[in-house]
Parts: sequence; structure tokens; C-alpha cells
Amino acid sequence: MSDRRVLPVTDLSLVVLVGATGSGKSTFARRHFKPTEVVSSDFCRGLVSDDENDQSASADAFDVLHYIVGKRLAAGRLTVVDATNVQSDSRARLVRLAREHDVLPIAIVLDVPEQVCAERNAARRDRADMPRQVIARHQRELRRSLRSLEREGFRKVHVLRGVEEADGAEVALQRRFNDLRHLTGPFDIVGDVHGCRAELTELLGELGYELRYDAVGRPVGAAHPLGRTAVFVGDLVDRGPDSPGVLRLVMGMVADGDALCVSGNHENKLARHLKGRQVRLTHGLAETVAQLAEAEPGFTDRAGEFIGSLVSHYVLDGGALVVCHAGLPERYHGRTSGRVRSFAMYGDTTGETDEYGLPVRYPWAEEYRGRAAVVYGHTPVPRATWLNNTICLDTACVFGGKLTALRWPERELVEVPAQRVWYEPVRPLAGQAPGGQDGRPLDLADVRGRRAIETAWHGRVAVREENAAAALEVMSRFAVDPRLLPYLPPTMAPCATSRRDGYLEHPQDAFAAYRADGVGQVVCEEKHMGSRAVALVCRDAEAARKRFGTGGEETGALYTRTGRPFFADPAMTEQVLARVRDSIGGAGLWDELGTDWLLLDAELLPWSLKASGLLRQQYAAVGAASRAVFPGALTALRQAAERGLDVADLLARQRERAADAAAFTDAYRRYCGPTEGLDGVRLAPFQLLAVEGRSLATLPHDAQLALIDRLVAHDPGGLLAPTRRLIVDTEDEASVAEGVQWWLDLTAEGGEGMVVKPLQACVRGPRGLVQPGVKCRGREYLRIIYGPEYTRPDNLQRLRSRSLGHKRSLALREYALGLEALDRLAAGEPLWRVHEAVFAVLALESEPVDPRL
Amino acid sequence: MFLTISTTGSAQSPATDLGFLLHKHPDRAQSFSTAQGTAHVFYPEATEQRCTAALLLEVDPVALARKARGKGRGGSPDVALASYVNDRPYAASSLLAVALGSVFSTALKGVCHTRPQRAAEPLPLRVGIPALPAKGGTAVVHALFEPLGWSVTAEPVALDERFPEWGDSRYVALTLEGRQRLADALRHLYVLLPVLDDAKHYWISSDEVDKLLRAGDGWLAGHPEHKLITSRYLARRWSLTRQAMERLELARLAAADDSAAEEIDNAVDENADTEERPVPLAVRRREAITAALRAAGASRVLDLGCGQGQLVGELLGDPAYTEIVGVDVSTRALTVAARRLRLDRLPERQSSRVRLLQGALTYTDSRLKGYDAAVLSEVVEHLDPPRLPALEHAVFGAARPGTVIVTTPNAEYNVRWQSLPAGQVRHPDHRFEWTREEFRGWAGRTAERYGYRVEFTAVGDDDPEVGPPTQLAVFHRSETTAKGAAA
Repeated sequence: MSDRRVLPVTDLSLVVLVGATGSGKSTFARRHFKPTEVVSSDFCRGLVSDDENDQSASADAFDVLHYIVGKRLAAGRLTVVDATNVQSDSRARLVRLAREHDVLPIAIVLDVPEQVCAERNAARRDRADMPRQVIARHQRELRRSLRSLEREGFRKVHVLRGVEEADGAEVALQRRFNDLRHLTGPFDIVGDVHGCRAELTELLGELGYELRYDAVGRPVGAAHPLGRTAVFVGDLVDRGPDSPGVLRLVMGMVADGDALCVSGNHENKLARHLKGRQVRLTHGLAETVAQLAEAEPGFTDRAGEFIGSLVSHYVLDGGALVVCHAGLPERYHGRTSGRVRSFAMYGDTTGETDEYGLPVRYPWAEEYRGRAAVVYGHTPVPRATWLNNTICLDTACVFGGKLTALRWPERELVEVPAQRVWYEPVRPLAGQAPGGQDGRPLDLADVRGRRAIETAWHGRVAVREENAAAALEVMSRFAVDPRLLPYLPPTMAPCATSRRDGYLEHPQDAFAAYRADGVGQVVCEEKHMGSRAVALVCRDAEAARKRFGTGGEETGALYTRTGRPFFADPAMTEQVLARVRDSIGGAGLWDELGTDWLLLDAELLPWSLKASGLLRQQYAAVGAASRAVFPGALTALRQAAERGLDVADLLARQRERAADAAAFTDAYRRYCGPTEGLDGVRLAPFQLLAVEGRSLATLPHDAQLALIDRLVAHDPGGLLAPTRRLIVDTEDEASVAEGVQWWLDLTAEGGEGMVVKPLQACVRGPRGLVQPGVKCRGREYLRIIYGPEYTRPDNLQRLRSRSLGHKRSLALREYALGLEALDRLAAGEPLWRVHEAVFAVLALESEPVDPRL
Repeated sequence: MFLTISTTGSAQSPATDLGFLLHKHPDRAQSFSTAQGTAHVFYPEATEQRCTAALLLEVDPVALARKARGKGRGGSPDVALASYVNDRPYAASSLLAVALGSVFSTALKGVCHTRPQRAAEPLPLRVGIPALPAKGGTAVVHALFEPLGWSVTAEPVALDERFPEWGDSRYVALTLEGRQRLADALRHLYVLLPVLDDAKHYWISSDEVDKLLRAGDGWLAGHPEHKLITSRYLARRWSLTRQAMERLELARLAAADDSAAEEIDNAVDENADTEERPVPLAVRRREAITAALRAAGASRVLDLGCGQGQLVGELLGDPAYTEIVGVDVSTRALTVAARRLRLDRLPERQSSRVRLLQGALTYTDSRLKGYDAAVLSEVVEHLDPPRLPALEHAVFGAARPGTVIVTTPNAEYNVRWQSLPAGQVRHPDHRFEWTREEFRGWAGRTAERYGYRVEFTAVGDDDPEVGPPTQLAVFHRSETTAKGAAA
């Protein structure tokens, strides 16, 4: 067995076994592949007909087989087809399947003598009576096939002749050329160089590479002291002043293992020219050819060899990064086919040409929804910007722009300006990155229907179809621009229902629950009775345009808990933002937090400012009706009592009800106040949510409140309202008693109540995520919720049977989605990823949960 | 909730006969258990000269809210009832009318064996209702009671004297005076209290028509407002209220935002926008649209913002259209459209030509690619101006139909609408209305950016000074490629 055959098999490919019945295909497949990798026609025949040998079921069986193979290939899984495959048309269908999924078709032929096949079949009870001529026919067809397999499209053909060779063969899985997932960098990805050798050496210097020179002083290599790897997106050559110089340097770096390089369309064309093919010397190729003619002897051959060896794209860093020249949709990542190569080098062209005679490119990045970041070049743009987790680094150096590199995983851009315009552009540069037009469109498929959103803090959160439908209506008809809506606040559960006389909610229950969850320190924050408002405040309109891609003069947004603009008049919004901006500046937070924008969660007061419609329709109306009815009713009852009728109980009861109604009126009146412009309006921020590159949602609340106190202290105009707070130790009885008293005092003076939160903000307990806060509402305030007469003992008794489970679960799910949105925002993820989580919060808000909780 | 009925009398015909007529003794306070709480009848005064009967209904607010919360027929059609903060315990509504009908059922029929002649004759009556919810205000109260021979005093109740800027509430303090048979007076109240409230705590079933006819016998037919009375009394049929249940998700989103549900769920206006009462302008708009579609030779058509499906229905009638897709963001509008188009009853060959989809035009949508034409009829003005670029991209850039037809109101024409106050838009949800110049400017920029040619047509009478009421633009995709798409 010294000459065991080793069969190289690409790790993602469609392996087609070819051989007569009885030639040992199934045994071979079993020996060399995982059972799930093998799809056999016999098995499929059994699936559709209960009989693995029922030849009349073959058509259906192959439909099933092709379906399974298609699914596996779409999922990127090595697949082996165990069928005779001796006829060319059956193989053709498989080759087509492989091409549709951009994987290599590989044939392994088992050419075993007819006699052996017959003996093996005879030994099998289910095949014992198979006519001998079937095997003979298979063998004839196999012979005919052998010559044509490569022509049919099989990229590798392994023929095993005889039993011995078949039994002794070994399958060796080979990594695809483009699969460099095991390389984790860090990387410095460099955009289109186009012969700009001077700018390239300058950029490599900026990036920290140490250049190596040859005897005549030409750079022939560059290594990074920290072991970073440069990755070139292609188009090293053409148009610029020194394409050979660029090649020399990059070839050296690649040879030394200091760089990787993918092929651009210009390399591809140069390679064809160097091989002697007829190509037109346009788009700067003539310059390269002329420069190469002056290079040292042998250089052109080495250069030709180098660019001939270039792969069209690489998958790097565990699959998180894809580098190619012209972009690549997710279904092509790591795939191997002619069209993948051509897409990677030329992009998706529509077949049309524009007024400058250049091909019109399809904006593939707009539709990109993949998890891997795609870094590419090819289309000159004024500056590199992320779009849907893709970024184009061709910043038109050769046209007088700049040469750009992206540090990975840091996602930092490093640029050096072009020394001059080396080549006049054919058409003016596009205004933005490809596809980055107005609106940076979100796709309906990002939000529609039943969905599950992966969250880092709480696993998958499901959204039901009807809730997504309602959210879609509100989001598209009423919400602010999604680019300015990076967060929606989660709902909050109340504390457990109190059994105490006269109370439905009481702080004891909040403290006890956190103690049970192992949370020692909690912060009690005054609950402002207004309307929830999220404020996105940018340093100026330019900062908003730069970070959030808006097109107008707005400097942020101020929106409600369903994403609607707080004020109908944009000028009012800008006034509020300007005041907050002044406070941020005064407190020095722009520089301290290293940001040009700040997202904060707040309550906007008074309640009547926004809820005036509801107040008038519902709350004030109830008060008005009660005030209209009771004087007359009480007078009539008193008169009846004076007449000696037995109405004493009824009269007493109506007096109590009148008093309850009056208390109700007092309760809602506390949260109403006149406003004129911004006069009378107050904003009480209670959490800083995010700044550039960082989510602050997990910052402990004492640190949060310290920042907010500074904001309030630096408010020049009295817009910002402070939030009173008390830290309570749930293990310490005295501290708990102090917390209860604090709440009693707060609510006695008309306060809505308080929110109790773990001081550490984000806490994961043994049973998962702990409630990020519970509200504990005041006794009088709850009249607005449970009606004027809720405090009557019999009413209270019935109201205590309220179920908190759904509300608590909802609060956690929305909280996790909110954290996820902030994390995605901080990581600079594409808009659709942030929007997906934000949209889900809105959808969950339409779940049927008791609105009084 | 509370009302009093008083009469005056003399030694010959004592006022206290009211007790016989009502079948409730003036010297006793009585309680009756009704479905919604306890009704109390007592007499604050009872002399020969003057007798007043008081009906006080004690509503259990907790039970009321809990009962209303159920879904479907178990629940109540009045969403507000499900709230614990509820005027029903104080205001005179259908609950009081039902209590009145059951506590005074015999009196309501005009039956009194002990004083038959008193029951048959008009008495000097005075009815006091201190908190009567009256939709339409005091004017409607006068219009409803005065034709029946009542002298009406209706004082509006302020919402909150602490906040005078809030104005009046929907309650009035009502006093009726007049000579009426007691049974008639009770039947007036029985019918007109719920009519004024315009909300019912129970579902309207078919026997409600009989109830109305019985209680309205002798006075309703000749009442000048009988149309209003009948339509309000029978306002909420099951099929309509079932839709009310379908928008619960939206109602919850409104509640989360401290807004009224109507503020968000206003995509369907069944009263103003039905096929049975077509607005002539809407008809002319559809004629103009179908003419443009025919001229373009379109057979596969998108109606983007199809609303209740009027245009879809019209296109369905023409076999030239082989595929008609109605898209709207409001699921309620789509439900209404499906019902009106009778999609579930159309023959398969017909129904296979139509699809209704929920979609939003601020998102790109791959389902909308590759159609001959798209219609955006009275749609763009429902979008906030900053969101328009997203719509332009989704329609002209991503879906890219061969022809796009856009109609929108002409703001200049608004001065010709008699009923429209100056400076106001035609529909509360219109975020803007364009002048002809603004519309042409927008259409021109959009066409250029996305590679379309555009032409304009007038819909409705083209006023020499202010132009037509509706403006229409037809965009045709150019064969040469756009700058926007070439970026």
C-alpha cells in the first residue's frame, strides 16, 4: 500500500461519486465522509416510495436529492452525492446545482470490474435479482463518461481504477484559496493605489510599517513591528506614475508574509495583456505597459506571475472580514466560481453605460445585510464611509484625492493626501459612497413579519407578525427619520403588588424583590410625571450629517417613546437641543466623553404639554362630570334624609365618592401647567445612553447621575431639572426604612413616585437578566391609573389581583433590545441593524399587556 | 349618574301622584340591582304642591372596567370603558338609560292602574340631569328636545376651572321643562340619553331596532332630527365594532405615548371615504389615473397607498390589468379593502389578479420590483417632508416601475373650498399641501435624479387663477440611465 492515492477535495464542494451499481460508492462515502454529508439516491427513493430499489420512483427521488443538495450548498456545506451518476445528463444537473451555489463540482469515479459489482449485488438480498445487464449498461456508460468529465465542468476528476485503488484511496480536505479565516490580523487594509508609489510608502509609514529598500533605494518590503498585516484591495497598477514600484513593494511584502493582496480588475487586464491576449490599452494600462518596459530585466515576468496568482477575495478573521476589489454579496463569501471572481473584481454591472461611457454599477451595498464586514475599493469616492457594514476605500488617490487605509479590527481610517492629480478623472466623483444616497434606505425585509432578534443580554427576542404590522404603521407614518432614532426606551414593570392596607404599590416590595435577586445596592430615583422623551443631541448640524447621515440642518432629535417627534414645530426641537447642547458644552462632556453627539433618556414636563388631548378627553372630563353631578345628588340626598327617608348609608357613600373624585382632580392637576414656547417646559434627564463608540447604558447609576448633575448644573436657562435620588442597601433594615420614608415624603408632596434600580445598572442574576428598574407609584398618583375610587377597601382588594408576569417579561425583552440597539450603534453597525432592534421595541409595545402596569 | 323628575300639583291633583305613576312610593327609598350597579330611587321632596323623584345609579367602576376588558362579544364596544378612569360613574349615559328602562319599565309603557287618567294626561314636568354627556354640545341638545315640546336649559360644564384655556367639557347641565305625559318623557330620555352620549356600553343587536321603534313610537317618526337619532342610536354594528378590536395593537401604541388612539389610527375614515357616497373629485381623480395608465399601456400595476381599495376595484373591472397590487401601511385599510372588494368571494381567475400587501413606502421593498406602473394617489402629502427622499428612493430608485402616477392636492385651490378655513389643509393628516410650482419643482427634481421624464395634468376644473383642485404628474422611466442610479 505504499502508493495510496490521495484525493484532494476542496472543503466546500459538491462531490459527485460516479460508478456502476455495486461498485462500492456507499461504502466509499461512508469511509471518507460524515454520514450527514452524503445524500444517496437510494435513501431518497426510500423517502418517497418506501422502497430504496423502486426505479419507478427515481424522478421524484432525484427531485428530493437535488433539493437537499441545494439546501446544503446554500448553507455552505460540503456535500457528497451517492448515486450511479453514470449518465451525463444526470451529472449535468449536479454541475448546474454546484454552479448555482458557486461551489466546485468534483467527480470521484469508482471504476470497478463488472464481475466485482455483480458479486457484491448478489450478496445483497434487496439487489440479488438485479439483472446482470444493468451493471453492464452502467459500465458502458461509465466508460463513455470518463473522457468528458472535465469538459462537463468538473474542476477535479479523480478516477480510482480497480478495487485495490478504490479501497486504498484517501480523501484530503483542502482549504479554499480564499479561506483565510484562521488569520486574525490585525490588518491594515489599503485602498486602490493605482501606481501612486510615493503616497503608498507615506501611508505605510503612517500606519507604522518599517520599509525595506533594495540596493538602488527602491522600497521592496515593509514589516510592522507589531506584526500587523497589510491587505491590498487590488488595482495596484495603471494610471499612476509608478506602477512597477508599487508592484515591487507589494510583491515583496506578500512574499515576506507582511501583506495579502486580492486582484483588481486592472491586475486582471494587465495579466491578460502580459499573456499576450488582445486587450485595449485604455484606462491607464498604456502607462503601466510603458513603465514596465523600463523596469529591470525579468521584473515583468515576475510581476506577471504575481498578479496571475492573485485570488479574487479573502475571508479573514474568523469570517468577520471579507476583502475584495469591487464588493461581494454575502452569498458569494468564500465561494469559488467564475461569477464570484468576476463580481469580486468588477462588481455588479447592470449592462448599461452612463453618459461618460463607464459601466453603470448596481448598488449592491445598499442591499447588503451580511454579518461580515466587506472592505473593498474600485469605485472612487470622496471619502470612505460605512454603508451596511461595507466600506469602499478607493478615495481616488490617482485622481488627486487621497490614499486610505482601514485599521481592522479597530475600524479606524488612516489617510494621506495625493501629492497631485496624477490622472484626470473621466467623470466627476460621486457625492457619496456607492449607494449612499439620500435616505440610506432601509428595506422592509429588515422589519416585516415574524422575526427574532439576537440580543447580547437576553438571547433571541421574538416579534410577532401583528405587532410588527402595527409598529410599521406607526414607524412609517409618525416616527422621526430612523437615522435619528437609534433607541426607544423600554417599558418598566411596577413592583410587586402590595398587601398593605390602603396601598397597591409600596417600596418594601421593590426592595425585597431586589434583595431576593441578590442585588444589595439600589438607587431610588424620583419619578418625574411628564412624558418620556429621548434626546439625540449633536454638537452641530455637521456632526449630525457626519455621524447620522442626515441631509438637513437639524442637530438631532427629540422624540417620544413611540418615536414621534415631541414637538410638531422643528424650531421648538432645535431650541431644546440648543439648550441641552449648551449644558453639555458647559459641563465639558464633549471632550471628556470624546464625542460629537450624546443620546439621553429623559422625562419632559409638564405632562399636560404632550398629553393635553388625553387630559381633556379623559382625565379632566371625568373630573368635570363628577363636579357637575355630586352637588345636586348630595343636596337631593340630604333633603330626602331630612324627610326621614333611610338614605344615611347612601349619602355617606356619595360623600366619600365625591371626596375621591376631588382627590382625583387634585392628582391630575399636579401634573398640568401652563407653557408658552419653552417657558414652563422642563427636561429631566436621568440616563446618558450612548456617545460615539460607546454605550453608556451599563454605566452604574451613581456615575450616571454624577454626569447628569453636571449637565443640570451647567444649564444656563433653567430647562434641565434635577432628579432626586437615594441609595438604599436592601440588606440593611434601617436603610430600607429610610427608603420607604423617602418615598412617603416624596409622594406626600405630590410626587408621582420613584423608580428603584440596581446601582450597577445592568445585572445578571442566577435566573438571567434582573429587572433594570421597577416603578413604585404614589398612592394619590395611582388614582389617575386605577380611577378615583380605587382606594376604597373593596376596590383595592379586587385590584390586587393583577398579573405582573407578562409586564415583567416585556420589560426585560424591551430592555435587552434597547441595550442591543445601543451596542450596535456604538459599534458603528449599519443603520438597518440598529433599526431592527429599535423597531422591535416598538413592536413589543403593542403586545397585549395590562396598560395600568 | 343622577337625574331628577319633578312635577307640581294641587290638592285636587297632588304632585305626589308621581309616585303612583312611577310605581315607586315617595316615602320610601328603594334600591334595585341592575346589570351595571345599584339603582336608587328616592324623593327629596314630596308634597301636594311639588314632588321630585331622583334616580341615582351607583356604578361599580372596577367591575365596569374589568367586564369591558374581555375580547370579542364578551367585551364592550366602547374602548374607553376598559379604563378605570371613566366618566360612566358620574355622567348620564346609556347605563342610566338602561337603568331607567328597567326601574321604571311599567311607567315607560304608560301603564298605571291606580291613576290611569293621570298617566294619560300631560303633566307639568321638570327633568334635571346635572351631568349629561352631549356630543355636539348644547346646540344638539336643543335640537333634540325642543321639537318634542320641551323648554330646554342647557349649561355647558367647564372642563376644569383651574385651566380655563381648556374650554368646555362635553357635559351639559340639562333642565327640561314642559307639559308631557310621564311615559313620553321617560321614553324621550331612554332614547335620547345614549344618542347624546353617542357611545354605548353594550353591543347593538338586531332587536335594538325593535327597542328603538317601540320607545320612539309616536314621536320619533316626525322628529326633524330622526336621521341623526336613528344613526347614532344604531351607530355601532357588530361588523364595524369588530374592526375596532382589530386596531388594538395601535391603540396600545397610542396609550404608550399618552395619546388618544384616534391620533394614530386614522388611516381609515369610513364616513368620509366610502364608495356609497363618492366624492366627485375622487371619481375624476380615478378617471384621470386610469386614463394615464391606459395611455402608458400598463397591465401590471401597483397602487401604492391603496387605502380602502377604490382604485384597485376599478382596475379589477378592466381585464387589461393582469396584475393589480394594492399596498398600504394600514392593516385596517387593507381589511376594509378586502371586504369591499369581496376578495374571498371572487372567482379564482379574478382574485388571482389582485393582491393586497402591507408595506411602507419609506422602506425599499423587493416585492414591488418589476411592475409596469405605480400609482401614488393622494399619498405623498401624508408623509413628513424629511421622509420624502426615502419614498423617492423606494419608488423611483428601487421599485423602478416604467410609469409612476402621482396625484396630490393643489394648495392654491384651497381658497375655492367654501368649507375650508383659510390656511388649513384638506385632511388633518396632510403634512403639507403643495402649490403647482412646488409640486412641479419636486417632480422635476425627482424625475431628473432617477431618470424619468415627467408631464403634468390637471384633475377637476382648471381654475384660471388658482389651477385645478388636484394635480397629477405622470413619470416615464427614461431608457438612458439616471445620474442617481449611476453613482
